[in-house]
Amino acid sequence: MGDLVAETWWWPYVMILVAGWLATDIWRWLGVFAGGRLREDGELLIWVRCVATALVAGVISKLILFPQGVLAETPLWLRLAATAFGFAVFFASRQRVFVGVLAAEAFLISGWLLLDALG
Amino acid sequence: MSPSGDTSPTGAETHDALSGRQWMLRGARAAISIPAFILTAAFVGYAGLARETGLTLGETLAMTGLVWALPSVVVLTGAISSGMGLIPAGIAVALASVRLMPMTMALMPIIKVPGKTKNWQMLLASHFVAVTAWVYAMKHLPELPREARLPFFVGFGSAVSSFVFCMTGIAYLLVERMPDMVAGALVLLTPVYFLCSLWGAARLNADKAAMIAGLVLGPVFFLYLPGLDLLWTGLLGGTIAYLATRVMRRGLS
Repeated sequence: MGDLVAETWWWPYVMILVAGWLATDIWRWLGVFAGGRLREDGELLIWVRCVATALVAGVISKLILFPQGVLAETPLWLRLAATAFGFAVFFASRQRVFVGVLAAEAFLISGWLLLDALG
Repeated sequence: MSPSGDTSPTGAETHDALSGRQWMLRGARAAISIPAFILTAAFVGYAGLARETGLTLGETLAMTGLVWALPSVVVLTGAISSGMGLIPAGIAVALASVRLMPMTMALMPIIKVPGKTKNWQMLLASHFVAVTAWVYAMKHLPELPREARLPFFVGFGSAVSSFVFCMTGIAYLLVERMPDMVAGALVLLTPVYFLCSLWGAARLNADKAAMIAGLVLGPVFFLYLPGLDLLWTGLLGGTIAYLATRVMRRGLS
């Protein structure tokens, strides 16, 4: 029975609507109601922004340390070095994001090619 | 209704007198940007993943448009492909999306015109809250006049998401199998972009401290409290950063 349901064409769309759209947008709506009363210069907002920033930073380090897909096959030190290099170039270029990202990518790909050639 | 874009009269207008629609167009124009390019690249990478997982084009696009937050999209893809039930999948996605609440909360006082902005407008605009648009908004919206921020953000968000939506579809159709190195490089784009732009958007020491705390705590909680890891990273890391910088700012009062 359950299998029959799972094989209909519309079942994935129900999943996407309920488990995807609703489960995601509900947090945005809650954020609208909870954030509507915050003052732009208040201490509470500073704390909320700290929480949000730390969360996003957590996403960043997870993506680098525990990546999905093929990037997981690269050595950890290469990913860390590429990121650190990109961040350093970002600072050296007076905080131009594009330059930093490009530098990290260049570092990753040259390291990867080098490892492939050696291995 | 009116001819869009640059043909509108500009000479007599002051900065504040631009209409909402004009600010929306400016937002849409601002969307032609590095962040949009990087996000597109990330979703192109996702299209490859979705196709490998066996999702149809329609499912991939529905997810891109309706969920509109890449980490949650990835979680849902995993859930659908492994045949997870509706409720467990919903819980997994909800856990991956908790971060959107404090992010939206932090954005509200910047976007809102007190006493004028309606709740439904905010609810609609909130759909565009995802890391890329959020970081951009936190950095650039405070420079705009208050009335302009909501239409600008909506214009920016809808332009970025429609572009990404189309490119995801095209990528799904065209890219059968990406070379490993390209796919890997696309995956690294997102964290490095987030890292640089989040630092650029940090206005206070508290923001920077929170960022460092999150970077350190994220993997720790991921290993020891998987599932709820981001929530704990945010609450604990954010609170530590807030308290520490508060003591630095105002002493122990």
